[in-house]
Amino acid sequence: MTISIDPQKTNNESLQPKGWIRYFSFSLDHKVIGIQYLVCGFLFYLIGGTLASAIRIELASPMSDFMPRDVYNQVLTLHGTIMIFLWIVPVVNGAFGNYLIPFYVGARDMAFPRLNAVAFWLIPPSGLMLVASYFVEGAAQAGWTAYPPLSITTPQSGQIIWILSVLLLGGSSIFGGINFIATIIKLRRPGLKLMQLPMYCWAMLGTSLLVVLSTPVLAGTLILLSFDIIANTGFFNPVLGGNVVVYQHLFWFYSHPAVYIMVLPAFGLVSEILPVHARKPLFGYTTMVFSIMGIVVLGLVVWAHHMFTSGTPPWMRLFFTIATAFIAVPTGIKFFNWVATLWGGKISINSAILFSCGFIINFVFGGITGVALAQVPFDIHVHDTYFVVAHFHYIVYGGTVFIIFSSIYHWFPKVTGKMLNEKLGILHFIITFIGFNLCFAPQHWLGLNGMPRRVAEYDPQFQFVNQISSLGALLMAISTIPFLINVFLSVRNGKNAGDNPWNALTPEWLTSSPPPVENWAGEAPLVEEPYGYGKEISEQK
Amino acid sequence: MLNKNIYLILIISLVFAISFWIGSNVNLLPAEASINAPIYDELFKILFITGLIIFIGMTIAVIYSLFKFRKRNDQIGDGIALEGNLSLEIVWTIIPSIIVLLIGLYSYNIYDRMGGMKELNHNHEMMSSNSEKIWAGISQTSDNELAINNLSIEVSAMQFAFLFNYPKGNFISGELHVPVDQKVLMKMESKDVIHAFWVPEFRIKQDIIPGQPTILNFTPTKVGKYPIICAELCGPYHGGMRASIIVEEESDYNEWFNKNKKPEVNL
Repeated sequence: MTISIDPQKTNNESLQPKGWIRYFSFSLDHKVIGIQYLVCGFLFYLIGGTLASAIRIELASPMSDFMPRDVYNQVLTLHGTIMIFLWIVPVVNGAFGNYLIPFYVGARDMAFPRLNAVAFWLIPPSGLMLVASYFVEGAAQAGWTAYPPLSITTPQSGQIIWILSVLLLGGSSIFGGINFIATIIKLRRPGLKLMQLPMYCWAMLGTSLLVVLSTPVLAGTLILLSFDIIANTGFFNPVLGGNVVVYQHLFWFYSHPAVYIMVLPAFGLVSEILPVHARKPLFGYTTMVFSIMGIVVLGLVVWAHHMFTSGTPPWMRLFFTIATAFIAVPTGIKFFNWVATLWGGKISINSAILFSCGFIINFVFGGITGVALAQVPFDIHVHDTYFVVAHFHYIVYGGTVFIIFSSIYHWFPKVTGKMLNEKLGILHFIITFIGFNLCFAPQHWLGLNGMPRRVAEYDPQFQFVNQISSLGALLMAISTIPFLINVFLSVRNGKNAGDNPWNALTPEWLTSSPPPVENWAGEAPLVEEPYGYGKEISEQK
Repeated sequence: MLNKNIYLILIISLVFAISFWIGSNVNLLPAEASINAPIYDELFKILFITGLIIFIGMTIAVIYSLFKFRKRNDQIGDGIALEGNLSLEIVWTIIPSIIVLLIGLYSYNIYDRMGGMKELNHNHEMMSSNSEKIWAGISQTSDNELAINNLSIEVSAMQFAFLFNYPKGNFISGELHVPVDQKVLMKMESKDVIHAFWVPEFRIKQDIIPGQPTILNFTPTKVGKYPIICAELCGPYHGGMRASIIVEEESDYNEWFNKNKKPEVNL
């Protein structure tokens, strides 16, 4: 029952370069592409993090004194764009998706290996282009939302490069999404049923549907915006009869689902990590699958909750309140199921599980402020303030980035064959968790009390709380040091991991570490119970 | 078994008690200075307490699991092979649905009391042409709804300032002066990019959009000087785009108004 392998492809594979140089090549191996995504994403994370530090330095004092005001707006625009389009989306989708999905469906590679490589190689040039736009005439400075007419009236070259770069990244994302859908649906090993797939496959299926349905809308919108900028058309330009609120609808039609594109894969990853380290089956598999699909459907009809204070009629505000608040139900189910997965387990306390549990706590907090923000009357006061900044950092940093780190601790032994140092890992977790909460929790208060977002200067009464927040940001910057030391030391001198250090049951652990090209020496194993913990051991006894 | 249930009930009541105590005693909001503010703060309190119960409950559950079910050194093997529990799943689908629905209905009620559901074309005698489409805003109700001396003001926003036009007095001011306890009707338009009008002490905010007027009505209840803050990124000096709203006793307001009033010019 092996999957038939195209002999031509096999020949191509053997022509691929070996050793470290393969990470700089147009490799077709899904594992190489996954690592390319991860390392490339991490480099952009360091750039985006540096920009975040610059923002927190500026905000340590109430006056605009650290950098010129227009540069500050460029910094916050680049920070948002880089973190979303070059770090979180490519890493939780591209990196882990490419590495894991073929294993999980029992395939030797993705459905379209060349498209896969193209999708990755679109990222470095567009990222570099985006960063380089700073040196042309200044980068885009209208925020990552690029609302017209501000985006039409600020210097053109930066905005146009920003649009081009986001278009390329969107293209990369769509190519990836198509590839994941095709791989999960069509490349499953014979005998493997959909409801036997590890949860990350379901998360990636849902995410890819969102990518394929909503990213083209963003692309179209940005093309129209670029016409407004360079060809003086009047789609969104009010001077020429355009409508700025239409842009906001189109933009958020993509950009709200983008939040789920960033968190659903993380939901999938945590569903893989918790059962392994808690030695228990994933609680409520079927409801988990349905809640992912529920989030996908609801996620497409909530976008206008970003526009409660712009031009939206009252009935629309109410519809989007109810729809948004109801996303809390499927999301809540997932969190209850994860806690139930931990309950009664034999939990190894290690870096992977700590980051996952940190994720649960942070995300529950972010989810609660999210339900509050969905209520129109509540949102009207805090919209566009630091309350919102705090809320979405709890979701994307406290949520997704914590899971990215958890996943790195979990899968590093598989990718490299070496273990990461646990002491450094736990140190990394403690500094990150304290730094993150110190940085973002006080920002809720700032927003409630009158500090708008995206400002370089603020009322002096907020100075002390802003300095606490900046101190937290400093800790977050420091927290990457033990992580980087750990990775570099462990790659060289780490303890040998063996093929399956966690005694996990999902298919990627049933091959050598690191896995061979085409994943298995022989036939792909048929894993009918990826979470069958507790059963097998009792049978063995 | 009975013992366990007692502990559970004790912990849950403790979580509720702590959440109610924090929710009622910790004030995270600025002063209340409009008739919308106490309504808003009522909603905030409910959301804050509900949120605290869920957050503290979940955090305790996670930390307790990590501690109680951690793997001891001498232990081998797996946890229990428990794959799910349908009745539990139903419970934690239905209870959150009910909570979310109740909060949604309650916030509808709050929004209605704030005037959010009212018709948005109001009777600005001096400024509105009936054909004009107004898209958004809060059209607040108040006790003096029928009073004829509601104050109408035209707000125009530009990079990086607010200007307040008092049509009845035929003058423009950089500061917004309003009498206390009187309904203020504002029609807002932007000259360039999107701005937003936000007074944190009033708990109201509305974007000011070029090419599309928006309205915002409010009734200040407390004499004082409050900041007007632009909340929508509008360019390099966005952080400095602020003005003041001065809420005064009616006599002080009239004095200020008459000082600035310009005679009607007849052409």
